[in-house]
Amino acid sequence: MISFEQEYSDRSNNAVAGTGRCIIRNVRNAGKGLLVLIEAAMWLVHVFKRRQEVGRQMLIVGIKSLGVTSTVALFTGMILSLQAGLILKDYGQEVNVGILVSQTMCREMGPFMTALILAASVGSAMAAELGTMTVSEEIDALQVMSINPVRFLVMPRLFAMMIMCPALTVYTNCIGVVGGGMVAGTQLDVTWSAYYQNAISYLELKEIYVGLLKAFVFGIVVSTVSCYQGLATTNGAIGVGHATRRSVVISFLMILIIGYFMTRIFY
Amino acid sequence: MVTLENVSKSFAGQPVLRNVTLHIERGETMVIVGSSGTGKSVTLKHMVGLLRPDSGQVLIDGDEISSARGRRLERIREKFGVLFQSGALINWMTVAQNVALPLYEKTRLGDAEIAAKVKEKLALVNLNDCEDKRPAEISGGMKKRVALARAIIREPEILLYDEPTSGLDPVMSRHVEEQIISMQQSLGVTSIVVTHDLHSAFSIGDRIAMLHEGRVAEIGPPEAFAKSSESCVQEFIRAQFESGRAKLNPAKGEIIWQQSDTSASASV
Repeated sequence: MISFEQEYSDRSNNAVAGTGRCIIRNVRNAGKGLLVLIEAAMWLVHVFKRRQEVGRQMLIVGIKSLGVTSTVALFTGMILSLQAGLILKDYGQEVNVGILVSQTMCREMGPFMTALILAASVGSAMAAELGTMTVSEEIDALQVMSINPVRFLVMPRLFAMMIMCPALTVYTNCIGVVGGGMVAGTQLDVTWSAYYQNAISYLELKEIYVGLLKAFVFGIVVSTVSCYQGLATTNGAIGVGHATRRSVVISFLMILIIGYFMTRIFY
Repeated sequence: MVTLENVSKSFAGQPVLRNVTLHIERGETMVIVGSSGTGKSVTLKHMVGLLRPDSGQVLIDGDEISSARGRRLERIREKFGVLFQSGALINWMTVAQNVALPLYEKTRLGDAEIAAKVKEKLALVNLNDCEDKRPAEISGGMKKRVALARAIIREPEILLYDEPTSGLDPVMSRHVEEQIISMQQSLGVTSIVVTHDLHSAFSIGDRIAMLHEGRVAEIGPPEAFAKSSESCVQEFIRAQFESGRAKLNPAKGEIIWQQSDTSASASV
């Protein structure tokens, strides 16, 4: 079990020493976060035994995020279609707007938007929930009962995110393409059949599986960052607020950075 | 049973415990008192291995918990039941699920057996008909009693109480004190109680230890503790019993309640 005991370091007015300590602290936190992920992954064999909690988390991650995901996906597809369509119209190529929308949604925007929504809504809630449990001694109580908090709390959240983030991405892609089609039909005078034909026929399997792989990785990142920030919370209610903010900021940054490198690797 | 040997602990360079040495015998009730910030809860957390000392060691039945990890740490912790200050109940679970949690997670008992044990322990802390309620739906005193039922569900050898009466009204506080005494008598457990409530300490303690500035300033039975020559002990007693109209008579072990025209006394 990883120790979440707060670490203290001497405060110094020396800027160089302060910067050094800040780097060491962040590297150490990244290492601890990675250890939480490894430990939670090792406990995934117990997923059936914790099926009730896993189900509860999947409901929170998947079903309860459907409203906001649908709205964001629909308008993302509509904006993409409108922007691309207006440019393509200048060249008389607006019929090809379906290709652009489906490619962009499946390659990048689907997993990216889904992960951002989950980081902001579900990830922040995870950090706040686990942070509150930490400051109200519930995590201590679990440890004293010899119940591993990573197995009890992190593993079900990790599993739920690993499954539901790609599942929601498929849904986001579909809604985005439908939203693009609505704009294509009403604003760009492209028929639905032409739009749909272009959107599907140019879509290759690689676009879909790379997008889903991205979503899978983003799900792992968001759940690990959020759970670690929650478990490492100190300083009461203020600490819970800081942990929640940090979980969202770090998740956003990691989604962007990892997203770029995954695109670079696969394309 | 529980031994702290020269335990020191600092946070951010600020010493909280300085060479604390404490030995708690099997079956006794030890009360650790002291002002806020003197390291009472930190001492308790060292006993269950939630904190590790900077120096010194913590022994449970001769096993060093301060260096234990993995299965060995789990085996030592199985001897403990802990009542946390806030109760530390899992909020999304019902009362019955909270009490049953250690059995579900750490034993192979069947559902019916677990349900029977939960009922029995809830009855022991005088809680009936609240099994399906969630922690947010019950009062502070009930939360503490549910947490106590959870702490004793696996019949531990050592019970730790962190501020068991804090935040409770006097009637509920006395009720919790009675529960602690009854646990000690019916289960024969070793009890370690951390509190700053001297009334509780005198009521339930076989011995009282006072922590002051990270050190054990005084330790002994309640009568001897009340007569301690340590100035910090006397100041602590005065602060609790001599405010307003209540005064302590350490020689007789009594609190004298001074009223406007009459006076009454109550045994401590």
